[in-house]
Amino acid sequence: MTDLIQKEHLNFFQDKQGRKGIFAWLLSTDHKRIGLMYLYSIMVFFLVAMALGFLMRLELIKPGKQIMEPETYNQLFTLHGVIMIFLFIIPGIPAVFGNIILPLILGAKDVAFPRLNLFSYYLYVVGALFALSTLVLGDGPADTGWTFYAPYSVRTGTNVSLSVLAAFILGFSSILTGLNFLTTIHRMRAPGMTWFKMPLFAWSTYATSWIQVLATPIIGITLLMIIAERVLGIGLFDPALGGDPILYQHLFWIYSHPAVYIMILPGMGIISEIIPVFSRRRIYGYKAIAYSSLAIAFIGYFVWGHHMFTSGMSGQARIVFSLLTFLVAIPSAIKVFNWIATMYKGAIDMQPPMLWAMGFIFLFTIGGLTGLVLGALATDVHLHDTYFVVAHFHFVMFGGTGYAFIAALHYWFPKIYGKMYNIKRAKTAFWITITGFMLLYFPMFIAGFKGMPRRYYNQLPHFQVENFISTVGSWVLITGIILMITNIVIGVRKGHKIGKNPWNGLTLEWQTDSPPTIENFDEIPTVTEAPYEYKS
Amino acid sequence: MWVWVALLILTVITVSAVLVDLKNFIVFAALFIATIKATIVAVYFMHLKFESKIISIMLILTMVVFITFILLTFVDYSYR
Amino acid sequence: MTLHRDDEASKMGMWIFLFTELLLFGGLFLVYSIYRHKNPDPFAHAGSELDVFIGTINTIALITSSLTVALSITAIQKNKPKLAIGFLWLTIVFALVFMVNKYFEWGAKFEHGLFPGQEHFMSIDKGEQLFFFLYFFMTGLHGLHVVVGSILLGFVIMRIRQKRVTHDNFVFHENGGLYWHLVDLIWIYLFPLFYLIK
Repeated sequence: MTDLIQKEHLNFFQDKQGRKGIFAWLLSTDHKRIGLMYLYSIMVFFLVAMALGFLMRLELIKPGKQIMEPETYNQLFTLHGVIMIFLFIIPGIPAVFGNIILPLILGAKDVAFPRLNLFSYYLYVVGALFALSTLVLGDGPADTGWTFYAPYSVRTGTNVSLSVLAAFILGFSSILTGLNFLTTIHRMRAPGMTWFKMPLFAWSTYATSWIQVLATPIIGITLLMIIAERVLGIGLFDPALGGDPILYQHLFWIYSHPAVYIMILPGMGIISEIIPVFSRRRIYGYKAIAYSSLAIAFIGYFVWGHHMFTSGMSGQARIVFSLLTFLVAIPSAIKVFNWIATMYKGAIDMQPPMLWAMGFIFLFTIGGLTGLVLGALATDVHLHDTYFVVAHFHFVMFGGTGYAFIAALHYWFPKIYGKMYNIKRAKTAFWITITGFMLLYFPMFIAGFKGMPRRYYNQLPHFQVENFISTVGSWVLITGIILMITNIVIGVRKGHKIGKNPWNGLTLEWQTDSPPTIENFDEIPTVTEAPYEYKS
Repeated sequence: MWVWVALLILTVITVSAVLVDLKNFIVFAALFIATIKATIVAVYFMHLKFESKIISIMLILTMVVFITFILLTFVDYSYR
Repeated sequence: MTLHRDDEASKMGMWIFLFTELLLFGGLFLVYSIYRHKNPDPFAHAGSELDVFIGTINTIALITSSLTVALSITAIQKNKPKLAIGFLWLTIVFALVFMVNKYFEWGAKFEHGLFPGQEHFMSIDKGEQLFFFLYFFMTGLHGLHVVVGSILLGFVIMRIRQKRVTHDNFVFHENGGLYWHLVDLIWIYLFPLFYLIK
């Protein structure tokens, strides 16, 4: 009798659903397997892009040529951006943790459209291969910057069309994932889980999915127009042919600004999950955080012009966009206050997920505040296209989303693998990483403020100190990251077995087995309480 | 059935409106009539009248976002 | 994996997909509106080269095809699969009428050298070039959706024959219809913007 029960209770790694060998993974429509396939692919691409960043910093260690030609440098920063943004950060948390955890946290057996989910993954892989193929084909990767601004993107001989086609395909992967999650959240919550009993990770995934669905098509069509202009020579964006390059910028940023909220909202959702658990306190201001996610998504659609303050827009447009940019900062600030309020007088448990989450709060706050400096018209004129911008977005995208991704990895690791990694090594990796992070990126604020332009292969001598510290910082950072990943990998292979709920979380995923079975729940639970109801 | 007749009538109106010289106003008039046609298609042919309200809310929000994209872009171009 | 059937979810998924299509064309409408604002006279002049009569016929064809597809769904709900299939074929016929008209329209433009890349095209006013590029891109993309929609409706016919779509289980049919109505909706906006411009 016990044998029978144990056989039926295979976890999702063991239950191959009748498929053989690698096809148990490649053809699986199980959200957990798909999420893990995304995780492994994403980690590979992250490492490639990190290596490109490493090489860029080597070139910038001091003035003059070090290891590469200027044209190569342009291609490196383009590909570094394309891979980090389109292959790591935008898919990142939704594709990995949205897929693995969202159904669990909602009390569902899978997402609404499992086969569409697998199809999204394949679109991702195809798009990624297209993007990486530019490394080896023709004149090499695009050298336009990940923003592909016209007219240069229309005229350069490098592989722009291929890169842009890759982004188009990746965009569809993103759209379909968003569609899937929206339907899942609307239709598949466990009985009793009203909207306001839903965990905040689900709220932020919901807001994110709307942005994925509504904003991504705009860049899709814009990229098609770039290809059309390159192939047919019509003057859509190239002024020499009668087009308007600023129109390209409008179209590009109408997507790409909301895209940064696709990046950060899921990260914020993760922090909202982790802080209550490791403070052993109910989250402060649950509704405020839920509404803030929606507000960020909504207002975020309308601030794109702040990337174009020096491009030639009308004065009226610049004022409107600057005002809207200040508005969108408010809900983010509300979230930061609420997280800190949650921690106040809590019983803080300094486990690795909490360390990364606190790192997020610290780094994201710096990034967010410097965003306001950039959002103000007068200061932006001085700082646009300098290293100040580079520092700002690395603080929010890496210190923010990146750290949240790593926090999520450390938080849900025991649930996914049924094992635990080495805690001490994880904490050491955190401290090395954050030290390297500050050394690498903080000097960039100073260099930018002093006037160092971005995307420049060479530098003036009076930026030398900041650049040197920055490059050394990159070595420290990479060491920390590699240690962190190694620790995780060792944990996957040799970690000691762990129970269902090592962190004492109160959300539904902690009720399933570790690792969960294919169907997640033997019986769909009925929800009666709000999440995070810690008795203090 | 009547929906179809209504749509055809509106089409005829749009086409004939062009013959009247309304200069710039014709764009708004044509778009306005097109929007009425689109709404009729959505509500009756696409059954929005009988579906859950949530879909209508989603559609309206989507259109608000899209229209705002156009309006904000015009804030730039109208004042250059 | 036992997933219960959820028709509301299927329809919601299709509607959300339609929103993405709206935004996809929306980007092109944005480009069109800006360039029309900047080049009112070349746009008007280029627009007058389009045949309003054929455009109107096409509009009527698509609107009628929307009617027939809606009637096909009513038919399947009333457990009249043969009638449903009949209306679906009628819808596809109207789609064909539309595409044939398009073929002749495009052919005529081609003969006048007005397709992007052709010599005459490269010599006309830049504003007119933009008009024609947008005309071909937007009606082309729309035409692609007409073809895809027709194929989708073909699948619906197949599934009715296979009894996979019945009066009890017709959400696949409804979703096909929704996609078809989108095709009609886009044309409802394309028509006045390209054909009725003076």
